[in-house]
Amino acid sequence: MSVLVYTENADGKFKKSTFEVVSYARAIADQNNTKLIAVSIGSVSAAELATLGKYGAEKVLNVSNEQLKNFVNQAYASIIAEAAKKESADIVVLSNSFSGRGLAPRLGVKLEAGVADGAVALPEQTDGKFKIKKTAFSGKAFAIVELTSANKIISLTPNAYKVVETNKTASVEDFSVEAKAGDFAAVIKEIVRSTDKVSLPDADIVISGGRGLKGPENWGMVEELADLLGAALACSKPVSDAGWRPHSEHVGQTGIAISPNLYIAIGISGAIQHLAGVSSSKVIVVINKDAEAPFFKVADYGIVGDAFEVVPKIITAIKQFKASA
Amino acid sequence: MKILVCISNVPDTTTKITFTDNNTQFNTNGVQFILNPYDEIALARAIELTDGDKGTVTVVNVGDISTEPTIRKALAIGATDAVRINAKPHDAWFVAYQIAQYIKANSFDLILTGRESIDYNGSKVAAMIAELLNIPSISIIKKLDIDGNSGTVEREIEGGKEVLTIPLPFVAGTAEGVAEVKIPNMRGIMSARTKPLNVIEPVEVKTFSEVIGYETPAPRGQVKLVPADDVTQLVNLLHEEARVI
Ligand SMILES: Cc1cc2nc3c(=O)[nH]c(=O)nc-3n(C[C@H](O)[C@H](O)[C@H](O)COP(=O)(O)OP(=O)(O)OC[C@H]3O[C@@H](n4cnc5c(N)ncnc54)[C@H](O)[C@@H]3O)c2cc1C
Ligand SMILES: Nc1ncnc2c1ncn2[C@@H]1O[C@H](COP(=O)(O)O)[C@@H](O)[C@H]1O
Repeated sequence: MSVLVYTENADGKFKKSTFEVVSYARAIADQNNTKLIAVSIGSVSAAELATLGKYGAEKVLNVSNEQLKNFVNQAYASIIAEAAKKESADIVVLSNSFSGRGLAPRLGVKLEAGVADGAVALPEQTDGKFKIKKTAFSGKAFAIVELTSANKIISLTPNAYKVVETNKTASVEDFSVEAKAGDFAAVIKEIVRSTDKVSLPDADIVISGGRGLKGPENWGMVEELADLLGAALACSKPVSDAGWRPHSEHVGQTGIAISPNLYIAIGISGAIQHLAGVSSSKVIVVINKDAEAPFFKVADYGIVGDAFEVVPKIITAIKQFKASA
Repeated sequence: MKILVCISNVPDTTTKITFTDNNTQFNTNGVQFILNPYDEIALARAIELTDGDKGTVTVVNVGDISTEPTIRKALAIGATDAVRINAKPHDAWFVAYQIAQYIKANSFDLILTGRESIDYNGSKVAAMIAELLNIPSISIIKKLDIDGNSGTVEREIEGGKEVLTIPLPFVAGTAEGVAEVKIPNMRGIMSARTKPLNVIEPVEVKTFSEVIGYETPAPRGQVKLVPADDVTQLVNLLHEEARVI
């Protein structure tokens, strides 16, 4: 028995959400008095692999292969399943990222395991039961799921578990799995990465604009504020429907669900479908000229005022704050 | 081309979510159920791709008889025919297994799902079906085109996008951007009444997970309002009190 964690990288570098899953998987291994093994796929340097020890992995299985540099859903799932078998892992942990969503269900089938997707807390293991809390109803509630299978797959919601550093180091071992027919059927033609931007699901701070901003030409101040805070941009559904912003920035029930530390909503009314995707943000700030806007009911801090006057003032205040810090 | 669209029946997006029996049951009292919004996108794209005479669109739902209004809606929007697998959708594994069995018996060129159902937000059914059939899948796509025997899809990745080509058949979960949803017209609604809706019985399968309870998020305290002419106060609060900047 052991716990296996899949450690996702972007262009050879591990991301914060990877350190979150390793820390989380370490805690699960401790609950079960067992070891934590990480599996890494792609082209990651030895130094980068060793950093996984800091977050609690005892050993890293390194699958280094040019053909696997970018995410290939079926091939990656085969490798992770083989790694789980090799290490007799009965719990496999990964991030509920875009690729994690492709992997967890396949691992569930391959390992005949129940899948707890979008976990937000450590499992509760008492009386031989394994219960885990996950988001449901698009952030309007949590469901407690009991996994009744011997093997278990858990995908962790980004930003739901804090990174914990230890002073351990990890040993690195090369690992390879023979490719199965069909594993490379899907072929990547093009990858477009806007590397200068913070990715929305991973972001600590998100600045979001709604219809109150009147038009795409007014996003300059929103972008400036986001740049100052190292934040990602988001928007309400009508904004992306109107083509003011790309669909990838649309948050809410039918968009992306996020849980950053800080969510700043500018000119967004706070419709129930919008709140569904953002209500698990730790701190919510609302800027709206209408004091009756429903968003104020679920906000921590609010400013009743015209965004076109308030946002430039906030930008100035943040600049002063940064200069004095 | 034969396309299968998997549809789920979910609480309306404006539903206030509450629970009964000591937070162990979802309270369906007064809840309106709808076609999952992402599945509407899948259905709309399937109809565009078959465009009248270039193929058929079958919708499949795993559900009891209460889901039939939602299935009829899909027929009214333009699906050719429908199948209901007569069982409560126990979990994603149960649903995917039933649908995979159905696909094995009735081959399809393309299988579409929504990126997730808005009740349990699993994002699991698509990739589970694909794994059960040993075919490719893309869990969340933003664009989909079919050319001969292969498809081109765009999928979102953290901080960017990726374009892939995939041989048919494959499974894809549609998100915003793939198609504009279609609203049924009078003719569609009339014809939906006579389109075939076949009911088949589920196959037996073991289960791996159980929803045993629910929690509602802790309510936030009263909002602290900061005057619009003193935003420095906001910056200080975010730094000193909330500790988020
Ligand atoms: C099936 C379904 C799914 C949906 N899914 C989503 C979803 O995922 N995400 C989502 O966001 N929406 C979703 N919606 C839409 C949702 O119901 C709302 O219509 C939408 O969120 C409203 O967007 P908004 O707040 O930007 O615009 P509005 O509701 O028009 O609000 C604009 C706000 O800006 C304020 N304002 C105007 N001018 C200024 C100014 N100068 N300064 C400051 N404030 C100003 C106004 O007071 C108002 O509160 C969905 C709807 C349906 C039916
Ligand atoms: N009971 C069901 N019957 C048919 N299809 C379903 C069912 N539940 C989910 N699906 C499909 O699977 C997609 C993803 O659902 P989920 O994995 O539950 O988030 C949905 O958008 C539907 O297309």
